Amino acid sequence: MAEKVVNQEMIKPENLVYQKTKVLNDNVMHYCPGCGHGTAHRIIAEVIEEMDIQSEIIGIAPVGCSVLMYNYFNVDMQEAAHGRAPAVGTAVKRLLPEKFVFTYQGDGDLAAIGTAETIHACNRGENITMFFINNGIYGMTGGQMAPTTLEGMKSSTSPYGRDIPMMGNPLKMTELVAQLPGTCYVTRQAVHDPSHVRKTKKAVRKALEYQKKNMGTSFIEIVSNCNSGWKMAPVEANNWMVENMFPFFPLGDLKVPEEK
Amino acid sequence: MAKVKGTIVVDIEKCKGCEICVTACPTSVISMSVEVNGKGYPYAYLNDPDGCTGCSNCAIVCPDGVITVYRQKIG
Ligand SMILES: Cc1ncc(C[n+]2csc(CCOP(=O)(O)OP(=O)(O)O)c2C)c(N)n1
Ligand code: SF4
Ligand code: SF4
Ligand code: SF4
Ligand SMILES: [Mg+2]
Repeated sequence: MAEKVVNQEMIKPENLVYQKTKVLNDNVMHYCPGCGHGTAHRIIAEVIEEMDIQSEIIGIAPVGCSVLMYNYFNVDMQEAAHGRAPAVGTAVKRLLPEKFVFTYQGDGDLAAIGTAETIHACNRGENITMFFINNGIYGMTGGQMAPTTLEGMKSSTSPYGRDIPMMGNPLKMTELVAQLPGTCYVTRQAVHDPSHVRKTKKAVRKALEYQKKNMGTSFIEIVSNCNSGWKMAPVEANNWMVENMFPFFPLGDLKVPEEK
Repeated sequence: MAKVKGTIVVDIEKCKGCEICVTACPTSVISMSVEVNGKGYPYAYLNDPDGCTGCSNCAIVCPDGVITVYRQKIG
């Protein structure tokens, strides 16, 4: 293999400005090239490292492409049945209230089979942080239509595009939970470019800080790509996401706690 | 001239060739290799030793976290 490292003389510890966080292990993630799940994992792990809470946080993994996320995080994790992460997270947090608890779910998991668990955990104001990776599709099972699939968007079960009279309206879960009294912080972010990665990281930090203050459920949607399911190259998928997903799922805070 | 200079180290065998880093680089100094790694993916490399500022944009968008960044003051 050709040597591709240049500026060898600069490669020394005092010049190091960025390396992968130790809160992720060295396993190669199974995600497709360019999938936003990997970036979302890394941002959450970086915040855990920065807050120095690696031994104080417990994650709940979903069913979906991120079902194996516990293989990558150097933190305690528990797998949940499809859609049930908020219920499992509720139990863990109530048994171990001194720990930080986060759930991580796709849109098929959180907004379809798990809708009831999502809404009721948020309405009860469980003091957990929920991450919602919305790629508008069931990635893992072969790109079927999800509740979040856009009008006109093609999927393996809506090959001519989502037809609203036939298939119903796309669901904005984040707008829904923002209305519930139990949520303290609700925001929609993305991780496809450097500025959005930085913003999402700040949001993750805020959410965990609110959890520390027992302020209720914090909920972060990350609009992401499923380039395989969308049948696009990764960069093309991100561009498609910006043009088509963001108008329907606009980025920004939906609910922020009042400053005390 | 820039007052800082940077460089990146890509973990070639873990790179999946997605090109997300290429689009994130403000100075357009990342290219994809012609040869492929052990998994069959082209991998990212720095094509201009003087063009990298060490901004870390490429590293923070890499879904697989395979880029390490170094930065040094010069001049
Ligand atoms: C009880 C149950 N029903 C259905 C499935 C099949 N199944 C696995 S993953 C999935 C949807 C995943 O979609 P999403 O949550 O959006 O995750 P993504 O893969 O897109 O990240 C479904 C329906 C299952 N594993 N268990
Ligand atoms: S199928 Fe979609 S969501 Fe799953 S790893 Fe591939 S790109 Fe990511
Ligand atoms: S550190 Fe910045 S300038 Fe250097 S290759 Fe990465 S994105 Fe480009
Ligand atoms: S973003 Fe990461 S995985 Fe993708 S091409 Fe660049 S270095 Fe490789
Ligand atoms: Mg999905």
